Amino acid sequence: MDLYGELILDHAKRPQHAGLREPYDVEVNHVNPTCGDEISLRVHLDTVAGGAQDGAAVLRDVSYDALGCSISVASASVLAEETLGRPVAQTLQTYRHLHAMLTSRGADPGDAEQIGDAVAFAGVAKYPARVKCALLPWTAYLDALARAGADISAASERPEGA
Amino acid sequence: MTTGQLAAQPLSEVEIGRIRADFPLLRRTVRGGRPLVYLDSGATSQKPRVVLDAEREFYERHNAAVHRGAHQLAEEATDAFEGARATVARFLGADPGEVVFTKNGTEGLNLLAYAFSNAGAPGALDGVDESWAQRLRLGPGDEVVVTEMEHHANLVPWQELCRRTGATLRWIGVDDDGELDVARLDEVVGERTRVVALTHVSNVLGTVNDLGPGSPVVAAARAVGALVVVDACQSAPHLDIRPLTAADSGVDALVFTGHKTLGPSGVGVLWARRRLLEAMPPFLTGGSMIEVVRMEGSTYAPPPAKFEAGVPMAAQAVGLAAGLDYLTEVGLDRVHAHDQQLMRHTLDVMADRPWLRVLGPQDPQRRIGAVAFVADGVHPHDVGQVLDDSGVAVRTGHHCAWPLHRRLRVPASTRASFGIYTSLGEIEALAEALDRVPDIFGLAG
Repeated sequence: MDLYGELILDHAKRPQHAGLREPYDVEVNHVNPTCGDEISLRVHLDTVAGGAQDGAAVLRDVSYDALGCSISVASASVLAEETLGRPVAQTLQTYRHLHAMLTSRGADPGDAEQIGDAVAFAGVAKYPARVKCALLPWTAYLDALARAGADISAASERPEGA
Repeated sequence: MTTGQLAAQPLSEVEIGRIRADFPLLRRTVRGGRPLVYLDSGATSQKPRVVLDAEREFYERHNAAVHRGAHQLAEEATDAFEGARATVARFLGADPGEVVFTKNGTEGLNLLAYAFSNAGAPGALDGVDESWAQRLRLGPGDEVVVTEMEHHANLVPWQELCRRTGATLRWIGVDDDGELDVARLDEVVGERTRVVALTHVSNVLGTVNDLGPGSPVVAAARAVGALVVVDACQSAPHLDIRPLTAADSGVDALVFTGHKTLGPSGVGVLWARRRLLEAMPPFLTGGSMIEVVRMEGSTYAPPPAKFEAGVPMAAQAVGLAAGLDYLTEVGLDRVHAHDQQLMRHTLDVMADRPWLRVLGPQDPQRRIGAVAFVADGVHPHDVGQVLDDSGVAVRTGHHCAWPLHRRLRVPASTRASFGIYTSLGEIEALAEALDRVPDIFGLAG
């Protein structure tokens, strides 16, 4: 089966940066009502002082507790890897590319340079019912950012070149 | 199973082959040429050609708006629709005047729930016998009882009814074996209980709730004058449900849906005792359900028309009648015997695999139609995906019974469910597909 690549199974069995941590600005709880998958996710934002990134928001911490299928748990794990310590704006770009790949029905194989390990989810795009599983942590993440006061409008822009 | 009667024979392999040939969809392949193994009939059944033909013939020959029009087609369409009602009535062992067509089972249950809250409106019960009016008026202090194994369709409408009226929702618990906790019935059903709504067969566990003579739940409801409402969506395709409508059954109303019972989607059935239907205020209002309309107000037609506002789903009702006739021709006693054979075999398959755990009663005779299970360390959604990759169609998730899953301390489950056309070979295919799960997810199989 092309869906369950080694990377997804590894992340599902050993989710990276799992567990809810202090301190945090906002915690959100999201569920997938059709299957009952749940995620609690916390973000802790910080502002860069000085340098080229002066004033930019960065993710000081992203922590989560995910209960669900291998796709949703692995997606939460990859989300943490791809967002921790990064500027919010960069993570929104990652999301845009990931979202485009997941909703492409398999036409977009994903760009590892843009989305890192999340390319492992390219196979999910062929199974529309599972796209929700992969997106659940990211939907929670965007919600948490918005509640924490970050500007997430870039999340809904089309990725460059798409 | 009743002792002392000749037990019906399960369907033979030849008979199943003949039945399968009547269902065009079962011939298709999925996921790159694999034969379809359809084990999701609990969600919706496939349709025999006679159902498709009946619908097509209605549209090709008789289509017109039912109960309207001064022309021959309108007459034919009306006859076809009322003929379908008569077939449903025969299937239920009931009077056609007690059969209301609805959109589906969910609408039937909402129709009942709204009858109670609408009864509270001024004038809604004018002309209704006071003893019946009292049974329909609901308010603070009154109680509505459901069970912990209900499909959301037989839970949320009652929650909402309680919210609207101030009544209190109570529920009969489920034990670890997936049976109703009837030992504590007297703590739940009491003098304040006005309605007891429960499923005949659990859509997840397959548990058959005892609603026959001597049923503890029905007896408890009757003892306090509460109305008994039965969700028969999962039993109608597998069991003879005529005993539920018998004069002394103690059941006041039941619903089932067409699409699970070999019929088309968009049609369901509410059966209720005539006195109850006469007393109940309408749910949806508009054309067809009226007697006299004036600008100041209207009076309503007698049941069942009172509950069938608008142009009805005539072609779907005709299709459903063809589906019910198909079930009746095979014989529901034999359908049940067939289901029992499938159930025994499926439980054996599960028992042979210690990494699987079946939810609900372990005794095949206590269940019908569905086997929900969990695999150690693998999420049900992932199990379902592996099965799908083998062409085996099952359902995963909470199957619209979230509280039941919470009670059984599992977030979700994988469910294989049977239809009249399910073969033992398909259970073998399920077993083979399941054996891929430990390999893929690294379990000690």
